Amino acid sequence: MTTQPITKVVFDSPLQPPEGRTAVRPYEGRVDVATTATSGREDTRISRPTNGRAPFAPPRWGAATRDAFGEALAALGKEDTRIVSVDADLSKSTKSNAFAKLFPERFFNCGIAEANMVSIAAGLASCGKIPFAASFASFLLCKGFDQLRMSVANPGLNVKVVGSHAGISLGEDGASQQSVEDLALACALPGFTVLAPADEISCKALVRLAAYHEGPVYIRTGRPKAPLVYTAEETFQVGVANTIVTGSDITLIAMGLMVYNALVASDILKAEGISAGVIDLHTLKPIDEAAIITAAKNTGAMVTVEEHLLSGGLGSRVAHVLSQHCPTPQVSVGIADTYAESGSWDQLAMKYGLTPQHIVSAARTALKQKKE
Amino acid sequence: MDTKATLQAQSDLLRRDILTMIAKAASGHPGGSLSAIDMITALYFKVLRHRPSEPEWPDRDRFILSKGHAAPALYAALAHTGYFPVEDLMTLRQFESPLQGHPEKGKLPGVEASTGSLGQGISIGAGMALAARLDQKNYHVYVLVGDGEVNEGQVWEAALFAAHYKIDSLTVLLDCNRQQLDGWTNDILNTDPLASKWRAFGWHVIEIDGHDFDAILSALDEVKTVTGKPTLILAHTVKGKGVSFMENNIEFHGMAPNPEQLQKALLEIAA
Repeated sequence: MTTQPITKVVFDSPLQPPEGRTAVRPYEGRVDVATTATSGREDTRISRPTNGRAPFAPPRWGAATRDAFGEALAALGKEDTRIVSVDADLSKSTKSNAFAKLFPERFFNCGIAEANMVSIAAGLASCGKIPFAASFASFLLCKGFDQLRMSVANPGLNVKVVGSHAGISLGEDGASQQSVEDLALACALPGFTVLAPADEISCKALVRLAAYHEGPVYIRTGRPKAPLVYTAEETFQVGVANTIVTGSDITLIAMGLMVYNALVASDILKAEGISAGVIDLHTLKPIDEAAIITAAKNTGAMVTVEEHLLSGGLGSRVAHVLSQHCPTPQVSVGIADTYAESGSWDQLAMKYGLTPQHIVSAARTALKQKKE
Repeated sequence: MDTKATLQAQSDLLRRDILTMIAKAASGHPGGSLSAIDMITALYFKVLRHRPSEPEWPDRDRFILSKGHAAPALYAALAHTGYFPVEDLMTLRQFESPLQGHPEKGKLPGVEASTGSLGQGISIGAGMALAARLDQKNYHVYVLVGDGEVNEGQVWEAALFAAHYKIDSLTVLLDCNRQQLDGWTNDILNTDPLASKWRAFGWHVIEIDGHDFDAILSALDEVKTVTGKPTLILAHTVKGKGVSFMENNIEFHGMAPNPEQLQKALLEIAA
């Protein structure tokens, strides 16, 4: 008996990636839910699941944070010859190829050997270079961890580590490529500064700040296009959270792609008469204790949102601050103790609990705890 | 006294300090320190362009002790070339001493990399050599690895990398004492034939007796003439070299001599 080839393939068009997407209306941040609802079908194509409901404005799309990194690195390379780049055969994906094209003599492809790459970067840094070492977050942090620990963190060398395709938003490639633990690992490296930019604008700014921040830095970037949450005028400082929405009832603290989802959740809550502040905690370490404590005192209830395991990331670290300084009801949104799987980002966000609806639900729980 | 005799006297002195500091600390790795000390002596007292009074001199040659457990050998060389007072050697492994159990960059002048987790030194050295290339400096980078250490996959990643980038300012000294913690290297994980492996990886290979100063100096001269590829000096050594009851005795891989053993060893080396 022989097997038969697949003869019929049905493409489910709503799940195809949007080709040549034209920019939709800017996200204004203060949307009247009742009047701007779009069709559920339209929203299946944007990078947030809606479960058939779309009670918020479509996003204003920016570039993926990995693209923003590539652009920022190339710009840095033009003005400072100390900037060098190493990659592990993923430069087309991490986007360090933009630098490689302009400055081939300062770019070193290490091949598929992340551990070696990290120690190479350490050697370059110890001789005065400012190396950016990029690969997928999962390979870089997991395969390069001991090298990050002993070659880089122990002597406190000036290496910039860039993990792209972080979180589960890379989607279809599945669990081996997804990174649900990189922030916990990076935070476990003494002396490391840990950054997770939310959009193109903040990523470019933070990459530049990282380059001139003395000491090792981890920068987390993502694969999909990221909705813009900032305008070009926004300013950033390493270690200082950006408060995007000021609230009085509850505070949503998020990072990376989850900042946009928190903004959407804040709008949904606003329609219900709940004032939910949104903080972008782009620097996970050193953590902005003052911003967290102030928000906790002002609102009395917290929700943290991260595209990462609940253990060892944003939720854990915010809870650590609150428990010491200002015990406050907190509900954490993130990935439970599991790896994810192949699927579209929309589908994965829904299954693993990262949609605005999940944030709204968490907020309701936190508000209930606050009353009790 | 000729160069060879001078270096031999110097390395005997360092051997005594290595054993004394390990005995004082009551822990440490005498075997691998003694197998490496002749090469380290040749480097620090004859070959390296360095300024002990200016440890961060940008044009200095770099030496990385990738097999970090031989720290006492490095520390002895650093102290006796003037990086820090010789008396400090007796603080090895003590609380708050800069002489950590394994070398840590930033804690002790002259230590170029934090090692002890095996396998990372060649990669770090390759990065340093690339920086020299970019800056058009002509310093040389020397990395000393153990033959047990080459079990580590990263060593071979680095071997591929250095050959691919034709890093001829990088020299690796492979301290081939044929033993590792659990026993003979060929019983634990056979890595033979090492010379042909490194040649196949694109390296220039020089095979020497790692306790013969003429051979060591001749090899270190030769590396300067090699262009377009890194060099591996495959140095055949004896673990515990110089002390009869430590030679080829795996017990002394990671065990300090007791006071009686120390006295016996010091007498042997002085003789």
